Amino acid sequence: MSLAAAPHGFLSPTGVEIAFLLVGLVTFGAALVTVTTRQLVHAALWLVVTLGGLAVEYLLLTAEFIAWVQVLIYVGSVVVLLLFGLMLTRAPIGRSPDADSGNRWAALAVALAAAVALVWVVVDAFRTTWMDLSGPAAGSTRVTGESLFQNWVLPFEALSVLLLAALVGAIVLSRKAKAEEASGAPDTAPGTASGTPATPVAATGEKEGAR
Amino acid sequence: MNGALDVALRLVAVFVVFLTFPLIVGQTEHKVMAHMQGRLGPMYAGGFHGWAQLIADGVKFAQKEDVVPAGADRRVFQLAPAVALLPYLLVLVAIPIGPSEGAVGQVLDAGVFFVLAVMGVGVLGSLMAGWASANKFSLLGGLRTAAQLLAYELPMLLAAASVAMAAGTVSLPGILHAFHWWWLPWQIVGAVVFFVAGLAELQRPPFDMPVADSEIIFGAYTEYTGLRFALFLLAEYAGIIVLCGLTTVLFLGGWHGPWGADGLGWLWTLLKTALLAFVVIWLRVTYPRLREDQLQKLSWTLLVPLSLAQIALTGIVKVVIS
Repeated sequence: MSLAAAPHGFLSPTGVEIAFLLVGLVTFGAALVTVTTRQLVHAALWLVVTLGGLAVEYLLLTAEFIAWVQVLIYVGSVVVLLLFGLMLTRAPIGRSPDADSGNRWAALAVALAAAVALVWVVVDAFRTTWMDLSGPAAGSTRVTGESLFQNWVLPFEALSVLLLAALVGAIVLSRKAKAEEASGAPDTAPGTASGTPATPVAATGEKEGAR
Repeated sequence: MNGALDVALRLVAVFVVFLTFPLIVGQTEHKVMAHMQGRLGPMYAGGFHGWAQLIADGVKFAQKEDVVPAGADRRVFQLAPAVALLPYLLVLVAIPIGPSEGAVGQVLDAGVFFVLAVMGVGVLGSLMAGWASANKFSLLGGLRTAAQLLAYELPMLLAAASVAMAAGTVSLPGILHAFHWWWLPWQIVGAVVFFVAGLAELQRPPFDMPVADSEIIFGAYTEYTGLRFALFLLAEYAGIIVLCGLTTVLFLGGWHGPWGADGLGWLWTLLKTALLAFVVIWLRVTYPRLREDQLQKLSWTLLVPLSLAQIALTGIVKVVIS
C-alpha cells in the first residue's frame, strides 16, 4: 500500500473499483442466502459462491497468492469437508424442517456487531491510504513471502504451533474414544487401539458408568 | 487492440486444446485397452482399426434423452457437469508447453497454487451430482469422492511444494526455467506421489471407488444420461490431460529435452504428456480396484510420509548447494 500521488475521489471510480464493488455485492448477496436458505446443501453451495467471490476480490486487489490459497483451502477443502459431513449425516433434498434456529436474532446482533467493529477498524486504519493497483503487484507471491518471513515470522510460527497442537489434540481425542470403546475402561487405555478386538458385551455397562 | 487480439487468440488456442486433446486421449484409451485386453468390439466401427468408434459414441450421447429424476434437486443436478468440467479448462490456461512467451495461455505468478486450487474445485461437481441425484448409490459415490479428495489433496500439495522449494518460485514457467536434469532423480519420489495422488483425485482406476460399477452402479453419475453424462466423461479425460501436463511441467522438465531442443520444446512437452497419458490408461487395464480402506491407508500411511520425506530431502539438498 502506498499513498498515490494523485488525489482520489469517490465520484470517478476506475474499472477495477467498479468491478470490486459489483463482486462485493454478489459476495454479500451469496452470504445472505447462505445463512437464510432453508436447504442445507444449498447453503453449503452458496458458501462456495461467497468464498469464491472473496477470492475474486483478492485478485482485484492484486493479491494473487492469497486469492489462490483462498480457493485451495476454503472452496477446495473446507466446503468439501462440510458437504462430506452433511452427506454423511443428513442432507435431505428440499427444505430441512430443522434448519431453523431460535437464536437467529441473537446471531444477527452478533453478526452486525462484528461487521461494525471490523468496518470501523479498517476504515480507521486505512482512511486515506490508497493502493496503487496499476503499479507492480503489491500482493505477489514474492512480496507476500518476504513480508511474511521477515516481518511476521513470529506470528507465523505461533500459528503453526497452534495448528499442530490442534492436530495432535484431534488425534488424541479420536484415539481416546476408540480406546475406551475397545477396552471398556478408560484408565487402562491400551496404546494399541488399532487391531484391538471388539468390546465384550459385558463391559458396556461399566463403560457407561465410567463416563 | 493488439493486446485484446492476443488474449483472444490465446484463449481460442487453449479452448481448441481443451476440446481436442481429451478426445484424443479417449480414442487412445479405446484402442490401447482393446489391444491390451484382446477385445474386438472397439476395433469394429468404421473399418480400419475402428476409427469411427469415438464418433459413434458422440452421436449416441447426443441422441439420448436428457433425463432429470423426479426426486432430484433440478438446478444443482443440471449445474453439476459444468462445475466438474470448467475447472480443467481454467487449469489448461496456466500450463506452459514451450519456453517462449507465446507458449502459455497466461503466465500466473502463483501458477502451482492456481492449478491445484482450481483442480480441487472440479470435485465439487461430483459432490453436487452425487447429492442432487436423490439416489443412495449416487450419494455413496459422492461421499467416496469427498473422502478421496480429502485424503489425496495433501500429498499432492506437499509433492508440488517440494518442486516449488527446489525452484524457489511457484510460477510454472519459472519452475521450468530453473530446471536441471538432475532434478529428475532428486524429485523422483515427489513425482510418483504427485502422479498417484493425481490419479486418485481424478478417480481413475485403480482409484475408481467413487464410480465402482460392481458396488454402487456408477457412483455420482448413475442418474445422468446423454450429453450431461458425456460432459462428466469429458471432464475425466480433460483431467488426465491436466494431470499429465502438470506432472510433465513440475517433475519431468517440460520443454527440456536431452538434445537441447531449441524451438522443439513444445514437442517435448506434448511427447512427455502423451507418454504419461498412456501410463494412465495402462494402469487402468493392469490394476484391480482398491478397497475404500486400502485407498485411505495408502494415502495416509504411505504417500503423506513419502512426500514429507521428499520435502525434507529437497530442503537439505537446497541448503547444501546454495
